[in-house]
Amino acid sequence: MLVKFLSNDLPRSRLLAAVLVAIVLGLLLAPFLFSGARPLNTAATICIYIVLVASYDLLLGYTGIVSFAHTMFYGIGAYGIGIALASVDEPTWAVALTGLALALVLTVALALVIGLFALRVRAIFYAMITLAVASSFAVLASQLSDFTGGEDGRTFSVPELLSPGFTLFENEVFGRAVDGRVITYYIVFFGCVLLFLFLLRLVNSPFGRVLQAIRENEFRAEALGYRTVVYRVWANVLAALVAALAGALMALWLRYVGPKTSLGFEVMTDILLIVVIGGMGTMYGAVVGATLFILAQNYLKSLMGQASEALAGIPGLAAALHPDRWMLWLGVLFILSIYFFPVGIVGKLRMRRFLKR
Amino acid sequence: MKPGTVTAPLPIAQTAPVDTPLPAARRDVAPLLLVPLLALAALPFVSFPTWITLTVAGLAMGMMIFIMASGLTLVFGLMNVLNFGHGAFVSVGAFTATLVLLPMRDWLDADSLAVNLGALGLAVLLAMTVTALLGWAFERVLIMPVYGQHLKQILITMGGMIVSEQLINVIWGAEQLPLPVPAALRGAIFLGDAAIEKYRLMAVVVGLLVFAGMFLTLNRTRIGLLIRAGVENGDMVEALGYRIRRLFVAVFAAGSALAGLGGAMWGLYKETLSASMGADITVMIFIVIIIGGLGSVGGCFIGALLMALVANYAGFLAPKVALVSNIILMIAILLWRPAGLYSKSRG
Repeated sequence: MLVKFLSNDLPRSRLLAAVLVAIVLGLLLAPFLFSGARPLNTAATICIYIVLVASYDLLLGYTGIVSFAHTMFYGIGAYGIGIALASVDEPTWAVALTGLALALVLTVALALVIGLFALRVRAIFYAMITLAVASSFAVLASQLSDFTGGEDGRTFSVPELLSPGFTLFENEVFGRAVDGRVITYYIVFFGCVLLFLFLLRLVNSPFGRVLQAIRENEFRAEALGYRTVVYRVWANVLAALVAALAGALMALWLRYVGPKTSLGFEVMTDILLIVVIGGMGTMYGAVVGATLFILAQNYLKSLMGQASEALAGIPGLAAALHPDRWMLWLGVLFILSIYFFPVGIVGKLRMRRFLKR
Repeated sequence: MKPGTVTAPLPIAQTAPVDTPLPAARRDVAPLLLVPLLALAALPFVSFPTWITLTVAGLAMGMMIFIMASGLTLVFGLMNVLNFGHGAFVSVGAFTATLVLLPMRDWLDADSLAVNLGALGLAVLLAMTVTALLGWAFERVLIMPVYGQHLKQILITMGGMIVSEQLINVIWGAEQLPLPVPAALRGAIFLGDAAIEKYRLMAVVVGLLVFAGMFLTLNRTRIGLLIRAGVENGDMVEALGYRIRRLFVAVFAAGSALAGLGGAMWGLYKETLSASMGADITVMIFIVIIIGGLGSVGGCFIGALLMALVANYAGFLAPKVALVSNIILMIAILLWRPAGLYSKSRG
């Protein structure tokens, strides 16, 4: 049963399995394990980043395509829900779903066009073109302020079921009132689980095997009779769709869309870092990587702040340990991990198991 | 070849004396006409003085982008390495220039062109030295281990970009830095009704000098011959006994130095510096070298001018369109020539 859910792609490492179970249980029970808004926020962000990163891994790790437009699709999904709900007085599910549908149509169209345009050529060309298109899109979103709210973005209200004022039960459940936030959290959580299982199914299907064949040796895959362009374009479209759905969930959770949280280049570098550190070409890498990254982002920063204050006497080090500079250390870690363990955390764990045998 | 010699056993020896020049490569002039055509096409929509101002602004911007992009396209042509961290050299160059320019404020404010240019020259020299050294280190440490692996190249150079951007923040602080333009280059000169900013004029001159210098180096010197041969067929050059690796490192460092020069000029043009400028400029540089054709210096020059001119005209005529003018231009060019204006793989 469980094996079938996971599409026969088991963790293949006892330690990894334990970590994964811990993460999933932690996320599942997050509203009841922790109190307060911040842990729940962290948990929701982890869920969404897992899906976002896993969908990027479909491109980078499984197909060998480097795309910088992933945040663009993520942003389209977020803006679809956001603009739709912000433009009406009475937020309803129909409005939200219409916005989402429009966003998905735009996503498919854009992904198809960019893919057909640029994926015929070398990987490097695609990387450059997506970088150019995505940054123009981000500029466009921040400048068309009548429509998107500009740099400030848009806040909007969600359907009543999801609003914080709504409570499902009279009594508290395990010491927590089941309010709209908790319901939203579970929508995000189960949405992300479904999307993740879909991606896992996808990479373990014959389609996914062809993608891996293209990654390993495109010429050979073509010689075997697979039309590699078609497969790559499809991979691109599917990854974009999942990213857009993740963006929609993020918008629903934050009740806000803005260029910084959804379209910014920082989000793209975050995704890249997580994929590489977690492990390219393994869906579980996204889970481990995203969890570590978001936890570090939320809690390590304050640690760095303390270290920076403690070292205030030494000018260079204090500045380098400033919480805002944590990307510096991550960047160094990123470069080192590409050199010394390109398989990432998950790959390393699996390798250890393999060597033990 | 003379008629009648076709059947001779060794026609080449008879008909082609040793000193006959090789057949020249077919010249491809259509892209060269694009820039003047574009400028002329914009003329009916704006008044003549405005047109002069816009064109000079576009040329200045294009020259600066060309200076920054030329190194990248050459490196790609020579070694098939695409450096996603090229923007880092741009911002490092700009920030290094402030090390000279800010302490030497008196020189910049002095009312003498020679003194101004002296300070500027010193700043540019320092910026170019530092970025050349940085480029050399970048190549040695980051890129050398991942030759021939495009995926890793993209990721590694991206990582290098992130780290250098953060290091700039550590060294110079995260705030925006003002960068004053020298006194003699402030303001504009008037040609009739057309205002031309002096600094832009200087940028055009420097850009033309760099282009001429590069053109002459590539076409008239021995090292340029080797570089062109390396772009054409690196293995063959290596087989002939030249150490193409060393040549490549030199080109990489020179390209980085040019990026540093461009960065310093760009910083003065914008008059403020932020660590993220490198990332923003990377996007423009990429569009330019895609338009020009990967690996082509001439194409890069035309592409830079085209992009900057379109951006300036569009910015004046339809500001909303200007936001995506780069992309529209890129798509239009790629529809015409799918691999860029000049590309070695075209045909």
